[in-house]
Amino acid sequence: MKNYDVVIIGGGSAGLAAAIEVKKNGVESILLLERDVELGGILLQCIHNGFGLKVFKEELSGPEYAERFVEELAEMGIEYKLNSMVTKLNPDKTVEYANADEGFMKVQGKAVILTMGCYERNAGAISIPGNRPAGVLTAGTAQKYLNIDGYLVGKKVFILGSGDIGLIMARRMTLEGAEVLGVAEILPFSGGLQRNIVQCLEDYDIPLYLSHTVTDIIGEERIEKIVLSEVDGFTPIPGTEKEFEVDALLLSIGLIPENGISEAAGIELHARTKGPIVNESYQTNIEGIFACGNVLHVHDLVDFVTAESRRAGIAAAKYVQGEYNTDVQRFKTVAGNGISYIVPQEVAVENVEGTLELFMRTTNVFKNVRFSIKADGKEIKSLKKKHLAPAEMEIVKLKLDDIKDIKGELSIEVEEL
Amino acid sequence: MKKELICIACPIGCHLEIYPEDDYRVEGNQCKRGITYGKKELIDPTRMITSTVVIEGGIYPRIPVITKGEVPKDKIFEVMKEINKVIVKSPIKRGTVVIENVLGTGVDIVTSRSM
Repeated sequence: MKNYDVVIIGGGSAGLAAAIEVKKNGVESILLLERDVELGGILLQCIHNGFGLKVFKEELSGPEYAERFVEELAEMGIEYKLNSMVTKLNPDKTVEYANADEGFMKVQGKAVILTMGCYERNAGAISIPGNRPAGVLTAGTAQKYLNIDGYLVGKKVFILGSGDIGLIMARRMTLEGAEVLGVAEILPFSGGLQRNIVQCLEDYDIPLYLSHTVTDIIGEERIEKIVLSEVDGFTPIPGTEKEFEVDALLLSIGLIPENGISEAAGIELHARTKGPIVNESYQTNIEGIFACGNVLHVHDLVDFVTAESRRAGIAAAKYVQGEYNTDVQRFKTVAGNGISYIVPQEVAVENVEGTLELFMRTTNVFKNVRFSIKADGKEIKSLKKKHLAPAEMEIVKLKLDDIKDIKGELSIEVEEL
Repeated sequence: MKKELICIACPIGCHLEIYPEDDYRVEGNQCKRGITYGKKELIDPTRMITSTVVIEGGIYPRIPVITKGEVPKDKIFEVMKEINKVIVKSPIKRGTVVIENVLGTGVDIVTSRSM
C-alpha cells in the first residue's frame, strides 16, 4: 500500500485549491483523486461568466477559472489520478479507489481532505406527481448535455425551482433557440441570486411564478404538459391550475453535499448543511480528516469555495507537520433566530490566525435588520443588514480580540432594528 | 425620479438607487463597479455573452466561448447567430479569438478553455 501525506478526494474547485495550498505549505507527498476524465469538476459545464471576481479580480467563465487552477497544479507537479472513483474511506485514513489501469487500490494518507462537491435533488426527492415520461431532467443534467455535448433537451421548456442553475439554464436555452415558458418557485422568494433573476429572467421576459409549483406531469413516452398551481404554504390552491404545453421540465430544486463515503466512515454530518460538522480548521470529528467546498456546505460563489479550501489546505499541511494544535478548548457556534446554520460549528481560538470567518445562511428574507453577535450570552457586536435572503450566503468576520474570552458559545441571530 | 436596479456586476447583487436628474448618482453600491453599472444600464445596457462552438477532434464535441467585453443588449441574438456558425479544430488554446470584432461591436469572441 502506497503512503501519502495528504490524500484529496475530488478534483473540482475545492480539491484543486486545497491541493495547491497543501503543497505551498511545504508538504510534498500529495495524491488527488478525480472520478471524471479531467480535472475541474462542475466548473467545466458552468460556461457563464461571473467567476473569479474575488480571487482573480477579473470576471471569468467557469472553465477559465478551473483551467487556471489545473495549470498551477500541473506546474507544481502535484500527483493526480483521473477516472478514479473512491469507493471507500476508512477512519484510519486509508482510501480505496478503482480505475481501469490499476484496478482496485488502497492508499494510506496521514491526512485526508474531502472535496467531493454536491449533487442535485431530483424528481424523487420532492415526490413530484403525475407520469414519469422522458423530458424531466435536473437543470445540471440539461446543462451538461448542452454545454459539453451540444444537445438542447427541449424547445418548449418549463423550470421548476428557482435555484441558480435553473436560472442560468433559462437564459442559456433561450439563447440557443428554446422558448422558456416560466420558472416556478414554491416559496414566496427566489432560491437564486438576485443578479441571476435580473440577467437570466428579466432580460428575456421569462416569468417567475413565486408561491407556485408543478402539480401534474402529463405525457406517456415524452412529457407533453405540466400543470402549475399556486400554493398556500406548501398546499396547492384548487382552482388556480394553469396548463403549459412543454417538451422538457427542468428541476432546479437544490443541491445536497455528496457525503456517502463520509457517512460510511463515521463522519458526523450536520442536519441543516448535510455536510460534515467541522471546527475552525475544517477538521471533521475524525482527527486528520478535513472537508471544504460544496461537500461541507453549498456555496453561492466559487470564489468562497477557493478561499475556504485554501484554509483547509493550510490546516491539513499543519496537521501532517505536527504543528496542528489538538490540546485546545473549543466553543460552539450557535445559529439563533433567523439563522439556519453557521460553519464552522466549533472554534478553538488557538488555531485561528488573524480573523475568524463564519459562513451562514438566513431562514427567510429580511429587510433592514441587524445581526446580533453574542459571546456566552453577551452582545459583542451588532451588524446592520439592509437585505438578507436564504439564497445569499452571509459572512461574519471576527477579530481574535472579539472571541478570545469565549468559554461556551458564540451565537448569531437576526433582530429587528 | 429615482430608479431602482439590482447590480449584476458581480454575484453579490447590490440593491442600487439611481438618480438620473443628479447626473446618474448611484447609491447602495458596495464597490465602484456598481456606479459604472447603474449609470450604463440606464443609458446604454450591455452584456457579456457566453456560449459554445463546434470543435472537431476535441475530447468533447463543443468548446465554450466568451465575449471579451460587453456587447449591446439588443444585439445578443444576432451575436448568437454568428457564434453558431463557428467551427474550430483541436488543439486550441484558451483565449484564442474565434470571431474578431463581432458585428462591428469592437468585441472579440474567444475560447474560454483549452481543448
